[in-house]
Amino acid sequence: MTSAPTILTATAERFANVEFDSVLGDVVARAPREDVVGLLESVRDAGYEMFIDLCAVDYLVRDPRFDVVVNVVSLAESSRLRVIIGVPGTDSTMPTITAVYPGADFYEREAFDLFGIDFSGHPDLTRILLPDEWEGHPLRKEIAIGSVPVQFKEANKAK
Amino acid sequence: MTKSSDTTPDDLETPDAAAGASPADPDPAAGDRRTVHDLWLSGTESPRQLGPFTDEGAQEMLPEESDRILSSQLGTIVEDDFEGLAGSDGDELQIINMGPQHPATHGVLRLQIELDGETIRRVKPIIGYLHTGMEKTAEELTFMQGSTNVTRMDYLSPLHNELCFSLAVEKLLEVEVPPRAQAIRVLMSELNRIASHLLWSATSGFDIGALSMMIYGLRERESVLEFFEKVTGLRMNHNFIRPGGVAADLPAGWQQDVTGIIETVTAGVADFETLLMGNPIFIERTQGIGILTREECFAYGVTGPLARASGIDYDVRKVFPYSGFEQYEFEVPMMSNGDVYDRFVVRFEEMRQSMRILEQVIETIPAGDYRTEDRKVTPPPRARIDESMEALIHHFKIFTDGFKVPPGETYQAVESSRGELGMYLVSDGGSKPWRLHVRGPSFAHVQALPMMLTDSLIADTIATIASADPVMGDVDR
Repeated sequence: MTSAPTILTATAERFANVEFDSVLGDVVARAPREDVVGLLESVRDAGYEMFIDLCAVDYLVRDPRFDVVVNVVSLAESSRLRVIIGVPGTDSTMPTITAVYPGADFYEREAFDLFGIDFSGHPDLTRILLPDEWEGHPLRKEIAIGSVPVQFKEANKAK
Repeated sequence: MTKSSDTTPDDLETPDAAAGASPADPDPAAGDRRTVHDLWLSGTESPRQLGPFTDEGAQEMLPEESDRILSSQLGTIVEDDFEGLAGSDGDELQIINMGPQHPATHGVLRLQIELDGETIRRVKPIIGYLHTGMEKTAEELTFMQGSTNVTRMDYLSPLHNELCFSLAVEKLLEVEVPPRAQAIRVLMSELNRIASHLLWSATSGFDIGALSMMIYGLRERESVLEFFEKVTGLRMNHNFIRPGGVAADLPAGWQQDVTGIIETVTAGVADFETLLMGNPIFIERTQGIGILTREECFAYGVTGPLARASGIDYDVRKVFPYSGFEQYEFEVPMMSNGDVYDRFVVRFEEMRQSMRILEQVIETIPAGDYRTEDRKVTPPPRARIDESMEALIHHFKIFTDGFKVPPGETYQAVESSRGELGMYLVSDGGSKPWRLHVRGPSFAHVQALPMMLTDSLIADTIATIASADPVMGDVDR
């Protein structure tokens, strides 16, 4: 609790399950997924008004398997806040944050497209970068990078 | 006439019939004479037609591609998932599709636009046409090779990509970069900002109808690219800024080159302003067009010149300084209307401020190393390898294994030409990133296009897209 910035003192008191930490100079908050919408609302009202980024990370063998990472900025305080939400691999859903930060729309679609994380309540959770017919979520760690077979000039000489 | 020129398509179907003498050439001795028109199979003594070889290899159509996918790719089926507004009969509404091959979308951006007469009611940006899985590729490349990958994302400001990646890696490594390397990075990235803005003013002016801007903008940009070629060897995709420093020191006489660029570009920007800013047609086409409010910028993560034209005082160089930007004096130009005109004003002024930084770099650049002397990160000089066993080992380890980065995660942002370029880098302690996420400014700006376009006229679409300056390599990655 001590490492929460001063403008987030009230937020840190309200959300007892959220751990504030400082990693390499960045303020990081680890939140359970039930709290994320309320926490981000509180954080936004405290001054972190600018939505910057949302992405997912697949840790494969860790529990919870996925991290969803939200970056927001407060201009008045010149401060960045990173909210990390653990999402288990067996039930990869979390509530959408588009009601708090509308800009998360495309970013959540990207995380769904590439990692298969289901943002419940998202207005239009469809693939964004890959074609609609694509199967699987390629940035998951169990998906190999793949290759395109190359036909070499002399390979079929005996034919 | 040789026999092969007489072969009919029937012969191709039955290659064995062509073996030996053909009816058109009864002389059997002719079989020994090789002419350029005969097809000889290697290892045989007689000319023979090659069989109908239809194995297409990598180009072969995949069997799982169904007729439906195939016909949608051919364009015979158009899937329209655009639903009409509730409560309207849909008779007056018309949906037009702009892109992905539209020249004014500056890449493969596609917009589905719902029109009521000439008024845009709704816009849906569709992206992904340039997606090449670069974030997945980054997980397969070592930290040393990584900058070659990221430099290809936002291809109009490659040095900012490299800078952002290098800063993120250095943050995890906790490596100090020498002051001279930092100054070189500042110099190169500011030059890149000028080059990118010049290209933007060229294409945007061209889109709006100021055709001469296309030539003027590209002409001034050429002076910057020539300098890049001299320093890095390449005009784009430099791989010049690397973890630990930069690839090489600046060449002799670089001060004169940069001073020359400053003179050229200063005169150029003054010309552009004379050409555009007072022009009644230009003002008519840009003022009050494509407006983004302050609140929309915050909500949609709009940064860079777009946010500053809407009155948001956010520049990563000032708010979260990196690479020694805090020691240079420059101003962050701001406007308040948030329209296309203001974005022109902001970007022209930004070029002037970048040139102020360049002048300060020329005056204050310190002497010293252009990369860190930490041999775990940067390879030793070639001459040392002959003298020192350790240097040889370090050289070998760096180029075979790469260097290992301690486990951890970090978010690093730089102010690219378009806005905040951020990278979220996760390392598991190995020599390759566990995850590299790139937060491209253009991605957020494409997302904000509906805010700018809704309820405006269709004719303003081009000016608005041009002012947002999306680079699709940055959007799709």
